[in-house]
Amino acid sequence: MPSDTPLMPRPWKTRLALPCVAFGLLLLAWELLARFAGWSTDVFPGPLKVFASMGELIANGTLLKHTVASLFRVTLGFYLAVLGGIPLGIMLGRWQNARLLINPMIQFLRPISPLAWIPLAMLWFGIGDKPAVFLIFLSSFFPIVVSTTATVSAINPIYFQVGANFNFTRWEMITRVIVPAMIPGTITALRISVTIAWLVVVAAEMIAVQSGLGYLILDSRNALRMDYVMDGMIVIGLIGLLLDYFMRRLGRIESAGWHN
Amino acid sequence: MGHIVIDNISKAYRNRRRQRRAGDDPELRYGDQILVLDHIQLEFQDGEMVCILGPSGCGKSTLLKIIAGFDQPNDGRIVIDDRTVTRPGSDHIFVFQHNGLLPWMTVWENVGLGLRRMTDAQAKAERIAEYIEMVELDNFEHHYPHQLSGGMQRRAELARALAVNPELLIMDEPFSGLDFLTHMKMREEVVNMHEFIRKTTIVVTHDIDDALIMGDRIVVMSGQPSGIKLDRRLDFARPRDFQKEPALNQLRNEIFLMLGVPYAV
Ligand SMILES: Nc1ncnc2c1ncn2[C@@H]1O[C@H](COP(=O)(O)OP(=O)(O)O)[C@@H](O)[C@H]1O
Ligand SMILES: [Mg+2]
Repeated sequence: MPSDTPLMPRPWKTRLALPCVAFGLLLLAWELLARFAGWSTDVFPGPLKVFASMGELIANGTLLKHTVASLFRVTLGFYLAVLGGIPLGIMLGRWQNARLLINPMIQFLRPISPLAWIPLAMLWFGIGDKPAVFLIFLSSFFPIVVSTTATVSAINPIYFQVGANFNFTRWEMITRVIVPAMIPGTITALRISVTIAWLVVVAAEMIAVQSGLGYLILDSRNALRMDYVMDGMIVIGLIGLLLDYFMRRLGRIESAGWHN
Repeated sequence: MGHIVIDNISKAYRNRRRQRRAGDDPELRYGDQILVLDHIQLEFQDGEMVCILGPSGCGKSTLLKIIAGFDQPNDGRIVIDDRTVTRPGSDHIFVFQHNGLLPWMTVWENVGLGLRRMTDAQAKAERIAEYIEMVELDNFEHHYPHQLSGGMQRRAELARALAVNPELLIMDEPFSGLDFLTHMKMREEVVNMHEFIRKTTIVVTHDIDDALIMGDRIVVMSGQPSGIKLDRRLDFARPRDFQKEPALNQLRNEIFLMLGVPYAV
């Protein structure tokens, strides 16, 4: 094998073809396993059966309904986390006393899995969208606060001195120094936390709601329809793939500017 | 006007290692801290180009940061035209050793940084263009700092500083990290710039030749804690040449001795 040359950008055809090969092999392995492993197709349906049932779910609108429900909850919870987490992170990154005050508490709450909050969430918010949105908020809020704090406190102090030298107001310090300086780090942080949020929505939907991809999976399990379970899993994976792709794109738009 | 008084400035830092070495010597201690600047007293006339020399670690950057208002002295004060400096501001601009441009702004935006309050957009654009042209970056207005060479970055920063018409320009090792030819060229440009605008300029350097070629005045600081070893006017004609100016050469040897190098190399 020739050694890898990471700096050589591959042509787009290669970049498209190689992942397709991997997915093709996955499909093949799945089909072979389903045929020869000895399970009934009810327990371990093959790709053909799963794609056929996905056609059904698409045609009767079920899949779209559940996907939209999940996306709605993730979007809402994630936006709330961004809205609360980024300003708090900026404050903690810039203001040492606030960091001393609040950071230990955040480090204490952060390792508690969002799933551990499920009983409390249901008690506080009842059933419906609210507890699910709350869990998604929790799952991405802490990573966003922690990485924003780190990004902001790592900004080169020279930039603040330049700002002060040219009489920047407090607001100008935020808009002309902090925000542009933190964008690359923040995009990476958002990319990681949106993935976590998407992981959590499925779990959240297994408890308190009657819609969403998590509910679809749980409900199909109760009905012993493993093909529907797999449909749900495939859609979750595809959306995760798309989210990652868009966040990557967002990162690249920025790096085209000043950040090499 | 740019009449500067550095009035009895003292500055101490906490430094465990050196604190132990200093022991109880009252000359080196300032409370429980280590004295870096020891009652520095200097006065600069309007329009002077002052070059400050001194061994590495003697507190040159510390002094400049205090003059700029980035740092507060433990004792004494900085006075610019009868006003005491309490914080940074655009009448006394600090030119950084490295990385002083905001990397997310183009040359044009960086040079315009101090002109944000100008309401007349046309006048503002003209002014930005004028200063960019002055440092010969007219074809690089829309480049980001990382797309410029080291010398071009320094020039852009100089243009940004001059554009706000400051009373005082503070430069910390403005040529460090530049290759030899860029260093020489940049030095000439700073001298020409100064001849042209005649603003009080303080340049810190560790290069004796830079100080002797550029300065209207040369100040030599000593080691720890720092005091003033030499403060002298340089009334030599420009462009200066060590070969043709025995007195300049003489002074150069003197300073070499003063800094602990036994003969000029
Ligand atoms: N923020 C700081 N905290 C503690 N010590 C400092 C700090 N800044 C500078 N010093 C000490 O002060 C002395 C002078 O530093 P500096 O002004 O950077 O020297 P120079 O610019 O002349 O090389 C050095 O011994 C340095 O270790
Ligand atoms: Mg220094």
